[in-house]
Amino acid sequence: MKILLKRIEKKDYRGTLEEYLQEGGYEALRKTLEMEPSGVIAEVKRSGLVGRGGAGFPTGLKWELTAKVPDSPKYVVCNADEGEPGTFKDRIIMERDPHLLLEGMMICGYAIGARQGYIYVRGEYTESYRRLEAAIQEARERHLLGEKIQGTDFSFDIYLYKGAGAYVCGEETALLDSLEGKRGEARLRPPYPATSGFRGKPTVVNNVETLSCIPAIILNGGEWYSKIGSEGSPGTKLYCLSGDVRNPGVYELPTDVTLEELVSEYGRGVEGGAKAALTGGISGGLLTPEQFKVTLDYKSMLKAGTGLGSGAIIMLNQRRCMVDVALRCLEFFEHESCGKCAPCREGTKRARELLQKIRRGNGDSASLELLLELQRVMYDTCICGLGQSALNVTKACIERFKGEFEEHLRGRCVVGVCGHD
Amino acid sequence: MGRQALLPCLHLIQEKLGCVTPEAATLVAKKLGLSRGEVFSVASFYGMFSREREGKFVIRVCVSLPCYLKGAREILQYLQGELGVKPGQTTPDGLFTLKETSCLGFCDGAPAVMVNDKTYGRVTVDKMKEILQQCREKA
Repeated sequence: MKILLKRIEKKDYRGTLEEYLQEGGYEALRKTLEMEPSGVIAEVKRSGLVGRGGAGFPTGLKWELTAKVPDSPKYVVCNADEGEPGTFKDRIIMERDPHLLLEGMMICGYAIGARQGYIYVRGEYTESYRRLEAAIQEARERHLLGEKIQGTDFSFDIYLYKGAGAYVCGEETALLDSLEGKRGEARLRPPYPATSGFRGKPTVVNNVETLSCIPAIILNGGEWYSKIGSEGSPGTKLYCLSGDVRNPGVYELPTDVTLEELVSEYGRGVEGGAKAALTGGISGGLLTPEQFKVTLDYKSMLKAGTGLGSGAIIMLNQRRCMVDVALRCLEFFEHESCGKCAPCREGTKRARELLQKIRRGNGDSASLELLLELQRVMYDTCICGLGQSALNVTKACIERFKGEFEEHLRGRCVVGVCGHD
Repeated sequence: MGRQALLPCLHLIQEKLGCVTPEAATLVAKKLGLSRGEVFSVASFYGMFSREREGKFVIRVCVSLPCYLKGAREILQYLQGELGVKPGQTTPDGLFTLKETSCLGFCDGAPAVMVNDKTYGRVTVDKMKEILQQCREKA
């Protein structure tokens, strides 16, 4: 079943307004404009849709909370700062079916009573930016955006904002600060964006994929959507498969698909035999082959001790050294830490130093316990998700591949990756 | 509203001048009612703005895990040898700046390299040679 990639996977579909309209585009907006805003929210709540950016918060509830705040103006902000390593699904939507996202934003704007929407596109996504820019222009010309849209009382416009190379801006409050022209540093919460977001006003911040699910939910009803995939987090999901898999790519599948099906049927298996799967990019954790029967929904993944996050799955084969993998992941977080809170700023640095020593074969036996302790402290005390999850992979690697770490402490890398540079 | 224009202004300056110069920062600060310190504070936070003039072609090699697994390091080593610069440096002729970058979102085409605003996937050393050649011809 395809909901998000339905049009994209059609031959020769390029995502212009004409093509989108021919394929039933903006029918959901038309339907929305005949509904009460509260009815739109009720439908989204009924669908059971949870946010696709990583946190998995119920979308309908987020909209309702924002709509109920007695303050205006309200804003819709689309998080298109896709930066989690291994994630490349939002880019596909923006480049190849931009109107799907715009329609989802307009419906959100109508539901919560907003007149303005912003799309924060990461600076590296130049093609996404260009395609969205053209799509917004088309929509304005056709009076799908602007004052009194299609002769109704609903006025709404969408603006693009270009990020500048900071992973942390994918965190919603850092994104809002960046959107206001500041350094992209996470804010302490509460208050949450629903009450105090962009410019201190009630704001819905939703991921590209989340907003793109909305038109189909409005057209077919929330109940229809709630019956697809896993019960706890229904619908289809865009899974990004990369790493040592034969056939990497974005696959849209119902959330009750198992990791094994995704990897063997769609990814055509792992070259060199699977050793582990990093889930949720490099922020979630990992699964080992005996766990590959897990279904790829938010709840099942948490139960399995990892996270689904953005839906990125990076496969590792038998030739990969888990100390090396943990270090590479940590280098990323050290580089991307915004520096605002000490546990993250210092923690990522110290953890990297410890791992580097272990990798070089001169770590000491206390360092593994130290890393695990650091993980607990950072999980508890960092301001935002970046720091809280920075050591998730390290922790999982130590716990699940302890033997490899201990070999390194004895100066030996069993797979022969480390120790020579 | 003024402050929200800061990032777009910095993007424009970076594109036109190849870096955020003190003169440009002063001008922007004045126009937006900010201090020069605030402008540099913001500019220095983001990886896409630089204090030193970048080359005509900015080469960003993705070093995040999916690309690392697929040989990003070999590409980076090749470029360091070929251009004679380390990541973060610009060739003396001002043609190339070499940078390491975080995930470019092209993981199904790893390893990925971005040259100015174009991203290339499944880059090999041979393909990188070709890309450099094309840049030199355009220069």
